[in-house]
Amino acid sequence: MEDLAVEVRNVSFAYDGHPVLRDVNLEIRKGEFLAVMGPNGGGKTTLLKILLGILKPGKGSVLLFGKHPGEMAHKIGYVPQDTNINKEFPISVMDVTLMGRLAALGSGWRYSATDRLLARQALERVKMWDYRHRPVGRLSGGQRQRVFIARALAANPAILFMDEPTASVDKEFQTELFEFLKELNTSMTIVVVSHDMAVLSSYVKSVACLNQTLYYHDAAEITDEMMEMAYHCPVELVAHGMPHRVLRRHED
Amino acid sequence: MLEALQFEFMRNALWAGLLASVACGIIGTLVVVNRIVFISGGIAHAAYGGVGIAFFLGISPTFSAAVFSLVIAAVMATVTLRNKQRADTIIGVLWALGMAVGIILIDLTSGYRVDVMSYLFGSILAVPSDDLIMMVVLDVVIVAVVAFFYNGFLAMSFDEEFAQTMGVPVKTLYFILLGLMALSVVMVIRVVGLILVIALLTIPPYIAEKFSVSLAWMMVFSTILSCIFSFTGLWLSYAFNLTSGATVILVASLFFFVSLLWGRARVST
Repeated sequence: MEDLAVEVRNVSFAYDGHPVLRDVNLEIRKGEFLAVMGPNGGGKTTLLKILLGILKPGKGSVLLFGKHPGEMAHKIGYVPQDTNINKEFPISVMDVTLMGRLAALGSGWRYSATDRLLARQALERVKMWDYRHRPVGRLSGGQRQRVFIARALAANPAILFMDEPTASVDKEFQTELFEFLKELNTSMTIVVVSHDMAVLSSYVKSVACLNQTLYYHDAAEITDEMMEMAYHCPVELVAHGMPHRVLRRHED
Repeated sequence: MLEALQFEFMRNALWAGLLASVACGIIGTLVVVNRIVFISGGIAHAAYGGVGIAFFLGISPTFSAAVFSLVIAAVMATVTLRNKQRADTIIGVLWALGMAVGIILIDLTSGYRVDVMSYLFGSILAVPSDDLIMMVVLDVVIVAVVAFFYNGFLAMSFDEEFAQTMGVPVKTLYFILLGLMALSVVMVIRVVGLILVIALLTIPPYIAEKFSVSLAWMMVFSTILSCIFSFTGLWLSYAFNLTSGATVILVASLFFFVSLLWGRARVST
């Protein structure tokens, strides 16, 4: 049990009686790189919010490193979708990154020199330190995502959650992004939520498909046929209700 | 203008304008970036219910409006957190209900209704010194609370979900914000009246946002702009014998449209 980063047990969730998640079970080992796939409206965002502790599951339980998500704020790194951000908001890259330190602070939320140093290191890691005074609204989509990754890294997280990481980033940056995530994966667990097959690159170690109910795929070989199956899996799985394997576990 | 300063009411009016501008600048900024302008309008108009209660019971209208606004703010905060989908409808209902309660209670109060217009359109030229002291106290409270929770408010306003994952108690902060907003609204009613409160809360931050590098600077610029609008409006209303509250808003609106045009021109070049 000690090597589990996430433990989801029989979680169900409904908005106003409208079921979004049904009896979801999921175990994510430490060091895992998991992609949660599924169609829009399939409950990906809801599951993510439950894992982050923003929503409470209607039924079932969620544990992060053996504790409730609310107690684990200082271990969580979260990179939201770019579209959720108000681009007119007057805030600099540095001030955004510092927010990653909030969980480690007391209720007065005063940043110390250490917090500033950690924010600086995080920005240097994503090569955005030179932009620290720039308003985030005036960055490109890819640059903004780096800043959000830096904000998440400033928290020194043990697990990193990313929502639709490929949505506002061009193809060129996607490869760079996944290379970077792969490198991060050596020191932290990563969970990526997406409806886009592009995240199913060779960097991901396992896949879960979510469409109200969840199917977890661990290990398997990638063939064109299987990619095709995975692409259709949310629909297909509902049709015949059988789990199938998509990706092989990487041995590196 | 300078000879007008020998009158106490004029000096009080300038002080009231300055003190209300501090509240407007700080709370208005948070209202604009959190997109809760509609709630601020709702609280401002519902405050009239508090004025009605005061006349009916014969108590201080400012005190009564403050308490009533705080209650309405708490209800609106609860409703918007519980039912996001229909929150605007419920705010609209409370908005109208507050005003209706005020009007009915003033109907039921015999005689004296001279002062009523001043709550609708402001009475900056009739601010007694006691009220100035109250405004100073409210400003101190607003500045202290916002300064203490600044990084929390910043995180909540910029990215509420991320703030939640970081353990920032956004719901508590939201209640505090609406409470501070209710107090500011009561203060600003003095200057421009409850019908025009939204304009003075939103126009200065809207303009300030364009050239601010941080939320704190946006608050400072908003306060300065709000002062400029209040003083200019006050001077024009004195010089041309116009209703002060409406003149202040007219000046602010003029600046608002100039900033819109200027913003367009800048984009196209």
